[in-house]
Amino acid sequence: MHIVVCIKQVPDSAQIRVHPVTNTIMRQGVPTIINPYDLFALEEALKLRDSHGGKVTVLTMGPAMAEEALRKSLTYGADGAVLLTDRCFAGSDTLATSFALSKAIAKIGDAFGTPDIVFTGKQTIDGDTAQVGPGIAKRLNFRQLTYVAKITSIDLASRAITVERRSEGGTQILNSRLPCLITMLEGVNAIRRGSLDDAFRAACSEIVKWNAADAGIEEITKCGLRGSPTVVKRVFAPTPRAQSAVQIETSDKTLRHVADEVVASILTQQPALELALSSNLA
Amino acid sequence: MKKELPEHFREYRHVWVFMELERGQVHPVSFELLGEGRRLADQLGVQLAGAVLGPPGEATSHAVTEAFAYGADLVYLLETPLLTDYRNEPFTKALTDLVVTYKPEILLLGATTLGRDLAGSVATTLLTGLTADCTELDVDTDGSLAATRPTFGGSLLCTIYTLNCRPQMATVRPRVMRMPLRTNKPVGRVIRHDLPMVEEEIATKVLGFLSDGKSETANLAYADVVVAGGLGLGAAENLRLLKNLARTIGGEYGCSRPLVQKGWMPVDRQIGQTGKTIRPKLYIAAGISGAIQHRVGVEGADLILAVNTDPNAPIFEFAHLGVVADAIGLLPALTEVFSRRLAPSRRVRLVT
Ligand SMILES: Cc1cc2nc3c(=O)[nH]c(=O)nc-3n(C[C@H](O)[C@H](O)[C@H](O)COP(=O)(O)OP(=O)(O)OC[C@H]3O[C@@H](n4cnc5c(N)ncnc54)[C@H](O)[C@@H]3O)c2cc1C
Repeated sequence: MHIVVCIKQVPDSAQIRVHPVTNTIMRQGVPTIINPYDLFALEEALKLRDSHGGKVTVLTMGPAMAEEALRKSLTYGADGAVLLTDRCFAGSDTLATSFALSKAIAKIGDAFGTPDIVFTGKQTIDGDTAQVGPGIAKRLNFRQLTYVAKITSIDLASRAITVERRSEGGTQILNSRLPCLITMLEGVNAIRRGSLDDAFRAACSEIVKWNAADAGIEEITKCGLRGSPTVVKRVFAPTPRAQSAVQIETSDKTLRHVADEVVASILTQQPALELALSSNLA
Repeated sequence: MKKELPEHFREYRHVWVFMELERGQVHPVSFELLGEGRRLADQLGVQLAGAVLGPPGEATSHAVTEAFAYGADLVYLLETPLLTDYRNEPFTKALTDLVVTYKPEILLLGATTLGRDLAGSVATTLLTGLTADCTELDVDTDGSLAATRPTFGGSLLCTIYTLNCRPQMATVRPRVMRMPLRTNKPVGRVIRHDLPMVEEEIATKVLGFLSDGKSETANLAYADVVVAGGLGLGAAENLRLLKNLARTIGGEYGCSRPLVQKGWMPVDRQIGQTGKTIRPKLYIAAGISGAIQHRVGVEGADLILAVNTDPNAPIFEFAHLGVVADAIGLLPALTEVFSRRLAPSRRVRLVT
């Protein structure tokens, strides 16, 4: 079985700060990490490989430094890594990204064996769109299984797969066919610690680097800014609310007293609440 | 930056809302979107349509009625048993066919698991732009859709346009837009469409559905009263203070993200940008600093009460009522006062 896992190197957004005056992002010194959701996808892929045989190839589109993320994936136990990097990809929105990645996956198929499953995380923590996975599936004409919590079974002989998929208010149990694209939910199983062997192998393995031409992409106009139907026109900071909180004075008062005032104040500001609250209780 | 729209896109007109229907229920986000869609359609001087995709039967015709009741001028209806449960393949084909045939200029979907699954496939099939998780939609002077969404981990907002492709697609999370008023408008024009597809062409089968059942987690987004705790509560055992208050006033409880990361609460209870968006009548935030990622999830609340020991906590910048106090002491006091004040009406109800 051949599994391709798409990962993305993202800034650790917990550490991003916005410049208070210019409203620009201060990226300096912000460390990059593998998008955390992608790690659940990678772990799932590695588990499948361990039980069914085959290999796992990780793929990322990004700048040269994204190689770090791929090498990290190799230390976790991935078998091969491809970095898709070219200036023409700069400024890609989700449509252009899914185009480039699907082309690279097709090329990976030619070079290293046709994939049975392509994994992505459910979304990235920087873009948060959850659109690239479905975009790749559509372009490859793979069955699409999003928000997958669990892969229940895979039958390679009949090319069947059963998964549990999170949906509104419950879990759908779906049966589908390979090849398919799966976007993984955050799971209970954290990514494994790679073995010493894996670390050694990762350190000396070659990361395959492809530019657009290497990946067989001739339609450069479908990449990057030119290939992106969406255009970011304005970036701005949220406007602060005009008025800040009415403070309830607390000095020299018992908590009980403060609570009395808080509740009274709530019910005066929102008289309808008293009714709502009591009917909630009914 | 803006070019003349290519000729073949000029006939794209009208605003559409995809009516999300799963297992017989219209998702309330569809009504919220109809409210928003109505505003956009009026600004553009075009019609608002609901797109109803589902199995023949009562649930689907109910969705048609409700689309009108919440403001649609017309409904595109595609009824077939293939659309009984949500599956990507038939829904993508159905919605894509409708769009290609009837050409809306704006198509809105809820950013639910269903909506996001479907929107991504449809936009890719149509090779058009899709903006996820918008918090604000508007029409600018030349009639383009201006879709605003959080960016950079929620610290900034950006406005995105789809200039040279149609339709302009956007998803919006439940509870971000206000619920419009329901009217008793009669069913208007319904345009039926067929889906040229047979079950054999669809590789994906639904084997079953495990409902979340009564675990009231699903209600957080639509609860009238929400009490939430943050790291300021200090220890997992203090969450019981939160739950007690929530129970006393008949509300739901939730939390900020670090509590989920610590494993103190399930992810379904997280409020904020990467959790639920809520719009309660009353929101009580105890020991929550009010980081922007939390703020975006609660801004729609009618009344926000913040309890925090730090008078400079950012939450006081957007709360309506603030108390600089130790939440661990104040929560039980609030619980007691509320139960006393609310007791009489409860007694009356018990007697009658
Ligand atoms: C990409 C991204 C997505 C995110 N998504 C979310 C999200 O969806 N939801 C979310 O909530 N966060 C989210 N965050 C995290 C967010 O940035 C904040 O880190 C988080 O909201 C802080 O949680 P907190 O207020 O509980 O904790 P803290 O920031 O640690 O604040 C604790 C507060 O409690 C007060 N306090 C301490 N002791 C007491 C006491 N005894 N009584 C009363 N007050 C006390 C302190 O003064 C302080 O203000 C996200 C971050 C990123 C980068």
